[in-house]
Amino acid sequence: MSAAAPRGGERVVVAMSGGVDSSVAAALLAESGADAIGVTMRLSESGSRCCSLEDADDARRVAQRLGIRFYVANYARAFGREVIEEFADAYLSGRTPIPCVTCNKRFKFDHLLDRAKVFGATRVATGHYARLSHAPETGQARMYRGLDRDKDQSYFLFSLDQAQLRAACFPIGELSKDEVRQRARDLGLATADKRESQEICFVPDGDYAKVVERLHPGASALRGEIVDESGRVLGEHCGVHRFTVGQRHGLGISADRRLYVVSLDPRCQRVVVGEARDLDCGIARVEQVNWISGRAPGGAIRARVQVRHRHRAALAEIEPIGVDAVEVRFDEPVRAVAPGQAAVFYDATQDREVFGGGWLAGGLP
Amino acid sequence: MQAVLRDEYGNPSSVYAEGAAARERVEEARAEVAALLGVVPAEVRFTGGATEANNAIVFGLLGPGDHVVTTQVEHPSIDEPLACLEPHGLAGRPARWTEGRGIAVTRVAPDEAGCVDAGDVAEAIRPETKLVTMIWANNETGAIQPVAQVAELCGPRDVLFHSDATQAIGKTSVDLSRLPVDFVSSSAHKLGGPKGVGALVGRRNSSLPAFLRGGGQERGLRGGTENVASIVGYGVACALARREAAEREKRSGALRDRMWQGIQRSVERVRWNGDPARALRNTLSVEFEGVAGEVLVQALDLEGVAVSAGAACHSGSIEPSKVLVAMGRTPEQARGSLRLSVGWGVDEQQIDRAVALLAELVPRAREVEAP
Repeated sequence: MSAAAPRGGERVVVAMSGGVDSSVAAALLAESGADAIGVTMRLSESGSRCCSLEDADDARRVAQRLGIRFYVANYARAFGREVIEEFADAYLSGRTPIPCVTCNKRFKFDHLLDRAKVFGATRVATGHYARLSHAPETGQARMYRGLDRDKDQSYFLFSLDQAQLRAACFPIGELSKDEVRQRARDLGLATADKRESQEICFVPDGDYAKVVERLHPGASALRGEIVDESGRVLGEHCGVHRFTVGQRHGLGISADRRLYVVSLDPRCQRVVVGEARDLDCGIARVEQVNWISGRAPGGAIRARVQVRHRHRAALAEIEPIGVDAVEVRFDEPVRAVAPGQAAVFYDATQDREVFGGGWLAGGLP
Repeated sequence: MQAVLRDEYGNPSSVYAEGAAARERVEEARAEVAALLGVVPAEVRFTGGATEANNAIVFGLLGPGDHVVTTQVEHPSIDEPLACLEPHGLAGRPARWTEGRGIAVTRVAPDEAGCVDAGDVAEAIRPETKLVTMIWANNETGAIQPVAQVAELCGPRDVLFHSDATQAIGKTSVDLSRLPVDFVSSSAHKLGGPKGVGALVGRRNSSLPAFLRGGGQERGLRGGTENVASIVGYGVACALARREAAEREKRSGALRDRMWQGIQRSVERVRWNGDPARALRNTLSVEFEGVAGEVLVQALDLEGVAVSAGAACHSGSIEPSKVLVAMGRTPEQARGSLRLSVGWGVDEQQIDRAVALLAELVPRAREVEAP
């Protein structure tokens, strides 16, 4: 699978966030003999965590240590337009977005790849835990989960197309997190023991409703009813953008049974709650599907389907419908399938190769 | 500089012999700076650079109710201190004085070439105007301002005149012996000296309050032990500039013109941000239409050509250059602009190579969408 490694002397841009993963990715790239150029993407003007100036300084120090060139690329305007606004719109329409997917596709493997081309580079490397292989003859790319299953990030990369995957390089995909940290320590990198970021980079305090309301001030005035599945009113809420399907806490209602958000209706500003079993989903519709191979399968296929970042992919049958949608029929019902999240398809036997994925439009019991 | 750091490490304010030697070095440097600028040594006060000198002018001279005339093409080290004293304060920070009192600032707009008109400055002066501060030559475009005319009109009106000549010194004649300029700021690194040292020239009859208190160095203006090594370096840079300035100006002017001719010949849709007849001879600000300047700067650096998009200090900001916007450029045009200055070590081959690189990189950068 090391066919994805760049040739010696080849100029490669490596996206450096200032974290340990991308620091080690840059180090491995430089060690391999590539002409590595570190770039920190500045995605926000404010001090959000992943692209604060301190993080850029950390990345700069690592680049200095590795003896590679380093630049900061400003994409704050485009990021606000293409990612943050889309994120807010999704919540307002009752969906639960994953901005990282858009960021990977549009920023790391679109805008940054464009810049790489101006630099005379053809490849972009990132610190993602995922693996690639390229067929020697055709160059056809295939993508696999990172070797460290706990850290695997292939879920966030499903929407890359063949051209992007051929230009991509994931140097740490074969390593575990512990190995990455050890490499960083061995190399004396300042980022070796840096805390891991779990949040969405532009929602550093986890208060995503605040982000939505900053972009759409009207949203803070939204009010609606919390109802059970029979339509009985159980309480009130301050806007569906504050809720996610499967959510249990923060409903502000008292009941003698455990209640979960089952569905959201932005038009009527309605939050429907129910019991755990009401979250079960047997069939899901997935839209805007991207097939890694570039072609949809001719008919139904067996696969494992992962419906959120921390979900063990479940066995299912996938049947293409229409131009770019599929119907996923799970062998066993899956809990809390939230519209707006991604459904990513892996091979059924080993749960290792990424076949593709798309956006969850909705589920049926 | 090395001698001062290694052997003559005395404190210039001390009475012992080493101190006296260091003091002598500082005074020699002061004489060199004074000679370059056409003033007497006693009028030169060393600072930590032009930014410090500019801050000293604004915070030292101005009080509530004062009016200031300045331009829209100032360096931030004038613009931001002034904004701090305005009633609304600097973005996000409260005004310096309470009760809504602050200074009033008139910022005169430049023409399309980045030069302000002395007549506009005259018109902006009011009875309560305390100070006119105008950059000598702009740091991004090299546009030279009408310092002589403005100096002439300030005196009779009893208005103090300050000019930040950082960019101009060593590149064009800054001769204060014939100009009634009250204060001039400068930085050593702009004429080949060390970074982190500069001077504030204050003419003998114009008094400026102390801006760093404690110790009474620099004739009471700037307390604190002198940065002797850097000051010595500044003196040397001034001595060299005095000897070579005319030759340097001619040489860098010829190279700059060669670069512009080359760019015009080999790159489409380019525009000079300024007027060659009214700009520093080494500076060329060019707009490459439809290109993100940031990308071009980085791609050129990769090939060993150092240029900057706007001012070096602004790099890392996504705001378009205020100076270019004041000259009537759109934000997109400003973002597509590069400052190409001709450094001292540069030769014709390097200029031709930079032009060839631009001819290759600009079309490539135009193919990809500007961020």
